Amino acid sequence: MAERKITVESEVGLHARPAATFVQTAAKSGMDVTIAKLGGGGQPVSAKSILSVLALDVRQGDTIVIKAEGEGADELLDQLAAIASAP
Amino acid sequence: MPAQLEGVGVSPGIGYGPAYVLTGGIPEPDGADTHDGDAEAETARAAAALERVAADLEGRGLTAGGDAQEVLTAQAMMARDPGLADRVADLVGHGKAAARAVFEAFGAYRELLAAAGGYLAERVADLDDIRDRTIAVLTGRPMPGVPTSAAEPYVLIARDLAPADTALLDRTLVAAFVTEYGGPTSHTAILARAMGVPAVVGCVGATAIIAGERLLVDGSSGLVRLSPPEAEAAAAVEAARAREAAVAAAVGPGTTKDGHAVPLLANIGGPKDLESALKYGAEGVGLYRTEFLFLDRADAPGEDEQVGQYRPVFEAFPGGRVVVRTLDAGADKPLAFLPPPGDEPNPALGVRGLRMFRIDNTAVMETQLRAIARAAEGTSAEPYVMAPMVSTAAEAAWFAQLGHRMGLANSGIMIEVPAAALRARDLAVEADFFSIGTNDLTQYTMAADRQVSGVSSLQDPWLPAVLDLIALAAAAAGEAGKGCGVCGEAAADPLLACVLVGLGVTSLSMGAPALPWVRAALAAHTYAQCQAAATTARQAVTAAEAKEGAHAHLPGIP
Repeated sequence: MAERKITVESEVGLHARPAATFVQTAAKSGMDVTIAKLGGGGQPVSAKSILSVLALDVRQGDTIVIKAEGEGADELLDQLAAIASAP
Repeated sequence: MPAQLEGVGVSPGIGYGPAYVLTGGIPEPDGADTHDGDAEAETARAAAALERVAADLEGRGLTAGGDAQEVLTAQAMMARDPGLADRVADLVGHGKAAARAVFEAFGAYRELLAAAGGYLAERVADLDDIRDRTIAVLTGRPMPGVPTSAAEPYVLIARDLAPADTALLDRTLVAAFVTEYGGPTSHTAILARAMGVPAVVGCVGATAIIAGERLLVDGSSGLVRLSPPEAEAAAAVEAARAREAAVAAAVGPGTTKDGHAVPLLANIGGPKDLESALKYGAEGVGLYRTEFLFLDRADAPGEDEQVGQYRPVFEAFPGGRVVVRTLDAGADKPLAFLPPPGDEPNPALGVRGLRMFRIDNTAVMETQLRAIARAAEGTSAEPYVMAPMVSTAAEAAWFAQLGHRMGLANSGIMIEVPAAALRARDLAVEADFFSIGTNDLTQYTMAADRQVSGVSSLQDPWLPAVLDLIALAAAAAGEAGKGCGVCGEAAADPLLACVLVGLGVTSLSMGAPALPWVRAALAAHTYAQCQAAATTARQAVTAAEAKEGAHAHLPGIP
C-alpha cells in the first residue's frame, strides 16, 4: 500500500476545481484510492467520490493522507499529490 | 407585503419586470415507500435516473460554455458519485423505493456540506437540484426549470437558483435575479455577474412575492421595490441606461466641447483602487490618500516600505500626474506613533493635517516626502505632493520649501480653510498649486460639522458662499500662473463639475465611477457655457437657486 502526506496549498482548499480534478484523476485509475484529513479524526473516504471529498472540508494549509493499492499506485499518488499541493 | 425588500446586491444594474417565482415543486417522497421486491431492478432504475440527470447537466454545460460549464460538469460528477450510488443501493436493499432511497442518500451529504458552512453550504442548492431532478425522472414529473420564453423580461425569484436553471437563461429574457438564500459566492451571484444581469441574494421574504407583481431591482444597493410607480421605475431604468451609454461613449482626456482641456483624475486610497481608476479612464491621480499606510500600527512605516506602496501608483500613469496628499491625521483619527495632540473638544479645529508636523514630528513628514520622491524616480509620472489643512501663507511656504528640499518640484496645498481661500493670492505666491477640498471647505465656511446630520442643509457645496471662495482661490492661482484643482465630492457631480470649470478650476478629481459622467457632461458643453453657468450660480442667494441657474446654461445634465 503506497501512501503520501500532502499539505494543500490552493487558496480554495480541496474544493471547487481542485477537488474536481483530484476526483477525476482518482476515478480514471481503476484502483482503490482513499483520502483522509489529518487531525480531522475522520475515517479515510474514497477519493473517487466528489461528495465524500468535498465533505472532508479540506482547506488551505490542511494536511491530507492519500493511499492507493495496485500496479502504478506510486505514479498515481504522485499525480494526485501534485494536484492537491498546487497553489 | 412591505413596499420594498432588502438583500445583498451582488451584480450591479437596474432590472424592472414582472415577478416569476420559481417553486421547488418536487415533493419529498413518502418515507414508507417500498419497492416490489426486486432490489436489483430498483437499484438499476435509480442508477439510470442519476445517469440521465448527469448527462442532461453535462449537455446543458456544453451548450452554456464558460463558467457555467465548469459548474454543471461538477454537478454531473456529483450525480455520478460512486459513494452516492452505494448508499442508494444499500437503501434499496433495505426495501426503500428508488425515489425515497435517492432522497435519503442525498440527505446524508446535504447535512455534511451544510454543517461545513461557507462555500460548501452554498453547494447544498446544487445538491438539492440534482436530487429533485433525479426524483422527477423516477416519478415521471417534469424536471424543475424556468421559462425559456416570455412576453417581456421577468424578474426571476427563487429560494436559491441552481446552475442548471441559470445556465441556459437568455439575457434578453431575464430582467434580474432575486433569491432568498445565497451569498456573494453563490452560483446565482457568479453567473449573474457573468451574464451582466442585476442580482440580489439573501433577500428574506422574496419567495412570498406574488407572481406577476412588478419589481424594480437594484443590483448594487440590494433594494427590491414592489410595484413602484410606473414613472419612477421608468426613470430608474432610463438613468441606468444613460449611465451605461455615458460609460461607453465618454472616452479620452477631459475637455469641453470647444477643446478647453480639464484633466480628469481619480481619488484613490492605495494601489488597490488603481484598477478602477484605469477602467474609468482616469488621466492620473488627483488625490492619493496615504492614511491607510499609517493607521492601526505601532510605528511609522519606514521609507522603503512607503516607496513600495507608492511606486505602483506612479507606474500606473506613464506621463500622467499623481498628486499625493501627505498624512492627514488629527484627534479624531489618532495614530499610535504620533503623540496625541491632547484632549481636543473639537478635533475639526485642532492640531490636524499639516499643523501636526510643522512644530513637532517634522521627521515623519520628511520621510514621507523623501519616499514619494524616490517612488516616482525612474517612472514617467509627475509627482505632486500637497499638504492638508493649510491656513496661512507661512504654512504654505514652509511645506513648499520642505517639498523642494526633498526634490519635489510640485509642492502644493489643499484649500479647505476659508482663510486660505480669502487670502489665496498670498498663498499662491508660496505654493506650486492648489487643490480645493470642497467637503472640508464647505464644513468650515458654513460652520457645519460634516458628521452632524442636523446641519446637513448647510453642507451643500452649491451654497453661494462656497462658490465664492472657490472662485477666489481659482482666480488667485490663475493670476500666479498655477493650477487649481478640486478633489472633493463636488467634482463628482456632473453639473457642479461644469460650474467649477467655469469658476476657473483647472482639473477635477473624484471617485473613479463618476469619471465617465463628468467626462460626458464636459464634452457636451463649451467653456463659455460653463463660465455663464458659474456666473449665474454665484449671483444666486440659495443653493437651490444656484443649481437651477446653472441648469439653465447647461442643458441635458440630469
